[in-house]
Amino acid sequence: MTPLLPMTPLLEVRDLAITFAPAARVVDGVDFRIMPGEVLGLVGESGSGKSVTLRALLRLLHGARVEGHVLWKGRDVLAMPDAELRAMRGRGMAAVFQEPTAALNPVLPIGLQIDESLAAHTDLSGAARRRRAIELLGEVGIADAARRLGAYPHELSGGQRQRAMIAIALAAGPELLLADEPTTALDVTIQDQILALLLRLVADRHMGLLLVTHDLGVVAETCDRMVVLYAGRVAEAGSVADLLRQPRHAYTDALLRSMPGEGEARTRLSPIPGMAPKLGRPLDACAFVPRCSYASPECSAHRPPMVAVEPRRLSACIAWNRLPARVAA
Amino acid sequence: MTPALLEVEHLSKRFPLRRTAFDALRGHPRPILQAVNDVSLSVARGEALGIVGESGCGKSTLARCLVRLHDPDSGTIRYDGADVLALAGAARRAFNRRVQMVFQDPYGSLNPRMTIHDALAEALRVHAVVPPAAIPARVAELLALVHLPPDAATRRPHAFSGGQRQRIGIARALAVEPAIIVADEPVSALDVSVQAQIVNLFLELQERLGLTLLFITHDLRLVRHVTHRVAVMYLGRIVEIGPTPALFAAPRHPYTQALLAAAPRLVAPSLVAPSLVGGRRRREAATRGELPGGAAIPAGCAFHPRCPVAVERCRRELPSLTPRGTPWPVACHLAGDPA
Repeated sequence: MTPLLPMTPLLEVRDLAITFAPAARVVDGVDFRIMPGEVLGLVGESGSGKSVTLRALLRLLHGARVEGHVLWKGRDVLAMPDAELRAMRGRGMAAVFQEPTAALNPVLPIGLQIDESLAAHTDLSGAARRRRAIELLGEVGIADAARRLGAYPHELSGGQRQRAMIAIALAAGPELLLADEPTTALDVTIQDQILALLLRLVADRHMGLLLVTHDLGVVAETCDRMVVLYAGRVAEAGSVADLLRQPRHAYTDALLRSMPGEGEARTRLSPIPGMAPKLGRPLDACAFVPRCSYASPECSAHRPPMVAVEPRRLSACIAWNRLPARVAA
Repeated sequence: MTPALLEVEHLSKRFPLRRTAFDALRGHPRPILQAVNDVSLSVARGEALGIVGESGCGKSTLARCLVRLHDPDSGTIRYDGADVLALAGAARRAFNRRVQMVFQDPYGSLNPRMTIHDALAEALRVHAVVPPAAIPARVAELLALVHLPPDAATRRPHAFSGGQRQRIGIARALAVEPAIIVADEPVSALDVSVQAQIVNLFLELQERLGLTLLFITHDLRLVRHVTHRVAVMYLGRIVEIGPTPALFAAPRHPYTQALLAAAPRLVAPSLVAPSLVGGRRRREAATRGELPGGAAIPAGCAFHPRCPVAVERCRRELPSLTPRGTPWPVACHLAGDPA
């Protein structure tokens, strides 16, 4: 059941650049958009700029220069007056982070933390807020919700803390949920439960979801489309199904081939040689060149432009049409 | 079958937990964390045995017992026929040389003020592996073995990337010429593209040096790729142990089945058509409930509160790890049933 394409995206990011003083360009020209009800994966290894990008969307980055456009329903978040920004945060976009322990207030019961969010973003009375908090805890799968309102974060398991975090984010009724490695700190069976929960919420509420992760398996199982970041730039973007079957950037191709599970057990894997580039001034070349087995002189001559190589497939790789398909279609 | 190089029988390790002053005054006993509970396994020379499980399943405690960083409360460990727990003095030091550990965070296990040469030379000197005059040449050999450049010797740990540091950790373990490497989540802190380098190094070292490998991880993809046999642990016990490819293809214990179902697979979603919804592959979560802590292990089969097929017997009776008409031992009352 493919949803009909709505006209306007919830969020559109154009040419986002983030620089930490003096000259560490950590995000260098990132574009993507998210439609209502869509799950978009933002994927990359450490240092690719994925978490920084997420924080920039909510203007939570301090001490960094953020340039470009972050358009929330057409309004530029980066230029929004504070009052509008406060109204947009929570009700427009809300976020959950990797470490619920760090994001939750350790000295307040979780019921009170949900209540804070409800008080800030809704007009509900005290009694109605309590009822709503119980509903929210139930919605995120915390059993015996009425009693759990009084629980402190340390009394909850890691999975329950992440559920509580999600309940707080949902309290304001966001149209887009930003999730930064929401399951990385969790065990695999609990990760599975939280991902199933997030997808159920997306379907029930017709909410958008931006999932930032390093785990391609998580993306394969949950996302509609994905954006692959390398060294602060978009390597390629497209539907998860297309992208995993036929990478259109040499980095994605190399990354997928480096993972176990492709070939026979105990055969040599194909690591990507070298290391990700050090952050610094933006390169006027493809950042993957030193590690790339498809590199040609053209790749170093200038930064490859982002090109629509197929309908709804973008790639910034000069070798995009020389990469092998991964599975017989 | 080749004789076992390392043999563990009925190994248990408990940790007493703190209790509050209030509980102490009321005479409550100290809570006990049962980290490893009656674990038996054996590893053959040259074999790669995987130990998988989620946090708190006891896999790291088991690893530490094997290298004697923890003293088990009960059970036996035999290395090449000798009772390891009874070793003392020179014999114990000799055992320490034979079984070496590689940790998840090599930065935490390397002295930041020592050059790589000094760190490796220390291990060579302490165990008198080579005469002092031969140490520089041996350090160079070790660096070459783990594919680090010779000039790495003069640098300190901070100068290296995560993957290089793990190579140094492996080189130091190899310095004393061990027969067994116990690797506890050796690549979990590394980026995917770097993990492959370290995995390859382990495979290569096993071939070149005939090393025996105990590979402890939560990552099922890695275990599938690296190991010959795998033991699945849940709350301190092995629930299933068998040859990796066959066990992954047809797991017999409901926990193993849930674990494998929960692990995200890297397959393009359109290739899994039946469960395809709106371009995403997602079904119900594979398990319900959370892992209880090791201080509150459920009676009977520890997995029964989360098990989709548990029956009354599972609540009462602990299933032993034994072949039940199955090709390998499974600790599940229902494993042999045709249903």
